[in-house]
Amino acid sequence: MKTNLKAHQKKPTLKSWLFLTAGVIFTVVLLIIFPDRQPAVIKSSGQIFWEMLWILPAVMLLIGLFAVWVPKEVIVKLMGTASGIRGIGLSLLLGSLPTGPLYVAFPMAAALIKKGARTSNIVIFLSAWACIKIPQEMVELQFLGARFMALRLGLTIIFVIIMGVSIEKIMEAKVTQKGKK
Amino acid sequence: MNLTSIIINILAIGCLFLSFNKDKQKTKKAIKIAVKTFLKILPTILLIVALVGLLIGFVPHAVILKFMGNQSGIVGIFVSALLGAILYIPSIVAFPLAASFLKAGATVTAVATFITTLTMIGFVTLPLEIKELGKRIAVLRNGISFLLAVLIGIIIGAIL
Repeated sequence: MKTNLKAHQKKPTLKSWLFLTAGVIFTVVLLIIFPDRQPAVIKSSGQIFWEMLWILPAVMLLIGLFAVWVPKEVIVKLMGTASGIRGIGLSLLLGSLPTGPLYVAFPMAAALIKKGARTSNIVIFLSAWACIKIPQEMVELQFLGARFMALRLGLTIIFVIIMGVSIEKIMEAKVTQKGKK
Repeated sequence: MNLTSIIINILAIGCLFLSFNKDKQKTKKAIKIAVKTFLKILPTILLIVALVGLLIGFVPHAVILKFMGNQSGIVGIFVSALLGAILYIPSIVAFPLAASFLKAGATVTAVATFITTLTMIGFVTLPLEIKELGKRIAVLRNGISFLLAVLIGIIIGAIL
């Protein structure tokens, strides 16, 4: 699994550097052709860069610390047996820990299915992993404000739980249908 | 520098000290992971920085208003949702982009929908999700997420 994940990480990095090079060339050429746009572009780029510079190192540090102190095995172990409201809560909480990109969560979710975890919990866990990450919420707070962030977070949590339970129901219905045949 | 970034930096430094007190080796490893993650995301960060500049400097206000603004209506919401579902941008970097969309005249609904599909749905990672979890769960999760994202966007737009 480890080599597999590494292979997944290496390729996008090279690709994103190529994208960046192309983007920078494109920007520079555009700015040379349209010198009157230079102040607006440089000002807004500089502003965004400055804001990110203040927040991203701290976010990265938190991601690193969580990855070390809350290893994947612990998460799988905690979630494997939980059910009911405790299961939903744990799935949300463990999914929201800042422990890496979504593709890291798929093998974990597959391991959880094998362990007999409930479908609803797995879907909630995956969705929380995808969109309720703690550092992500901090950056959202920084750039979009407290009301926007809190509202989106609250709605997402509610809908993710509903979705998890619904998908479990759909999957169970399919299974019983097959059983009857 | 504002209050949010001050709090996050204090939190990160506090956690770092706690961790360092408990286990130096582990803390070193954590810093290594942090640096690696940062380097991996760096090209995308810089690309977004350039993109935001171009967006503000070159894309006419009217274009953003047309696709994500008040006149765009339902079509605008679906354009934003689709854009978020297809693009593969780390969410941390996506918020500044979303903020500049807002500044450029996009509606709150469009921006909220965009962020939600961007984070919840992975077109690029869908094959991997299918491989690990099976077609049915993966397709259901991504499909329902798309609809929920639109719903979340509409509700946020109605309240804010």
